[in-house]
Amino acid sequence: MKALSTKMKVWWIVITILVLVWSLLPVLSIFATSFKLPSQLNLGSFWPKTWSTTNYEQIFAGSAKDLFLPALRNSIGISLIATAIAVVLATFAAYAIARLDFPGKRLILTTALGVSIFPVISLVTPLFNLWRNIGLYDTWLGLIIPYLSLTLPISIWTLAAFFRQIPWELEQAAQVDGATTWQAFRKAIVPLAAPGVFTTALIAFFIAWNDFVYGISLTSTSRARPVPAALAFFTGASQFEEPTGAISAAAVVVTVPVVILVLLFQRQIVSGLTQGAVKG
Amino acid sequence: MAAINLKDIVKRYPDGFLAVKGVSLDIRDGEFVILVGPSGCGKSTLLRMIVGLEDISDGELRIGDAVVNDKAPRDRHLAMVFQNYALYPHLTVFENIAFPLRLQRGQFSEDEITAKVERAAKTLELQDHLQRKPANLSGGQRQRVAMGRAIVRDANAFLFDEPLSNLDAKLRGQMRTEIARMQRRLGTTTVYVTHDQTEAMTLGDRVAVLSKGELQQVASPRGLYEQPVNLFVAGFIGSPPMNFMPGEIEGDVLRLPFVDVPIDARLRERIGDRKIVIVGIRPEHFSDAGLLEDSKRSEGVSFDTEVDVTEWLGADLYAYIPFETSAEVAGTLAELDRDLDGEGMRTQLVVALDDESRIRDGDTATLWFDPARMLVFDPETQDNLMFDPEAAKSIDEQNEADRRASLERAHAREKAAAGSR
Repeated sequence: MKALSTKMKVWWIVITILVLVWSLLPVLSIFATSFKLPSQLNLGSFWPKTWSTTNYEQIFAGSAKDLFLPALRNSIGISLIATAIAVVLATFAAYAIARLDFPGKRLILTTALGVSIFPVISLVTPLFNLWRNIGLYDTWLGLIIPYLSLTLPISIWTLAAFFRQIPWELEQAAQVDGATTWQAFRKAIVPLAAPGVFTTALIAFFIAWNDFVYGISLTSTSRARPVPAALAFFTGASQFEEPTGAISAAAVVVTVPVVILVLLFQRQIVSGLTQGAVKG
Repeated sequence: MAAINLKDIVKRYPDGFLAVKGVSLDIRDGEFVILVGPSGCGKSTLLRMIVGLEDISDGELRIGDAVVNDKAPRDRHLAMVFQNYALYPHLTVFENIAFPLRLQRGQFSEDEITAKVERAAKTLELQDHLQRKPANLSGGQRQRVAMGRAIVRDANAFLFDEPLSNLDAKLRGQMRTEIARMQRRLGTTTVYVTHDQTEAMTLGDRVAVLSKGELQQVASPRGLYEQPVNLFVAGFIGSPPMNFMPGEIEGDVLRLPFVDVPIDARLRERIGDRKIVIVGIRPEHFSDAGLLEDSKRSEGVSFDTEVDVTEWLGADLYAYIPFETSAEVAGTLAELDRDLDGEGMRTQLVVALDDESRIRDGDTATLWFDPARMLVFDPETQDNLMFDPEAAKSIDEQNEADRRASLERAHAREKAAAGSR
């Protein structure tokens, strides 16, 4: 690549800073708000006058505890289970789509795409009625199933694209070297597919983690209500106080796992591992 | 080690396309057999059927004494080197080579694996690279790792699928001799697929020429060169390729585009009552008449012709002489050109002359050739009318004797080397 001229460099730096500020300022604002005292929320300053952890105490130990902690547990449990199921199913489906030639292959891919672009809000009312009739309303399973419909299509698409990049010869070489079909898949394909699987798992997890519409419509109690929905039920300490601080604190808490996940897996997400498998 | 027997092997794809149309081939134990042909002739499909990566539609494949048609690749105990090497990028060179050993769970201890891998690495001069990843290796090194993975276990046979086509010309020459040396030393049955006739001629004990899924001829390289059975084999083997031109029979002479050749008794018998034939003469069978002694000159025919272009390559001088082909054989020759992956360029005579020749572009030159070395083909069946089964057989027998002798010498050297250690 050609070295950038000084003028270009300056422009790139300016644009990068603008984008960073634009996208990170709201996050920073929520972070700052979460440390404000409820009485100081309306002072209009960006940073808190006095840093306090009142809001965190409220959601973990105080009045919002019974609302937030079960919701956090629900969110983590439901998102992890939905992600795990989606990734395992999508890995097999994508492998089949990338490797095998069977009738209806295109149909599966287009159907998956169709499902993922279907507006969630139009499905929620029929699901609500159905779930209530068959007893899935306000259960973990009642949320995991619709989450799968959101995460599976995108998982299949990303993984299929990823599997197509892995040279088929590797698998055949393994088979000639004495591996069974399953061994060839596990020893030659899975290690190479790992970055793709991690990336897909992260995307699937975020989708499930961030969902609001299903979360608020298909639950009614803390049995299954996830955090994004629970935030809407926060109340202030009295009716004259807004729960902004507590909501901000909860928002910061639910952002943390996402940030940790990205940091943990960023090495695996970096692809390019297939380089050198074949003449490149 | 084992013999491989193919009997009427057919590959039919689901859409009905016949990729391999009943190939029968006996590969003897320890033999180096080349499958060669232009792209799309079914040679790779055939190899993949032997190794088990493609199903066999019809026919019988035996490795050793067992019919292996329905066996999985891993149960055939063959080792294969792929065109793009197919190394496992997440494993080091050591682990790549050890991969087949580790799959045979419990059969080898860790020490045995290390010893075997190191011996293979030593053979291929990879000792310094064992802990590196394939991504950091050069093309030739990757190629050697792929070969290491093949030789590390005692496979029944080695299969190569165009292993050198991704290397540059110089490295290709080196690896070619390396493969030949390795095969002689190990004495393992080897099947090698290539589209390069130089590789086929230099490496093979026997060469099987395929075209459009059909086996044309199986013979020693010399047998193919001197006694091709048909037009296709004659045109495929040899570089630059054999010249083909129409020959009209008029009484006692065979009229070629630039010279009349007298028809002797042998030629007359072979031609029979055909009115037109296709004549093939190899470029190296022409000479500059000016450089010949008179006694030799009188044995052949000479003719004057206009040289269009010359190419000087150090040891050889190629001269190109355009000519008009006749309408009767133009179709056959154009079809042959397509089968040989040609471009359908102008019809021209290629002549390989001695480097001492003073013939240059635009000269009128006197060229000479010996009609006895001329091949004559039937324009319809494309068979070589001059084919001599006796001569072909004796060439192949001689070749087989040479092969056994060199194999024995290699083993004797091996023993001597082992004894002195």
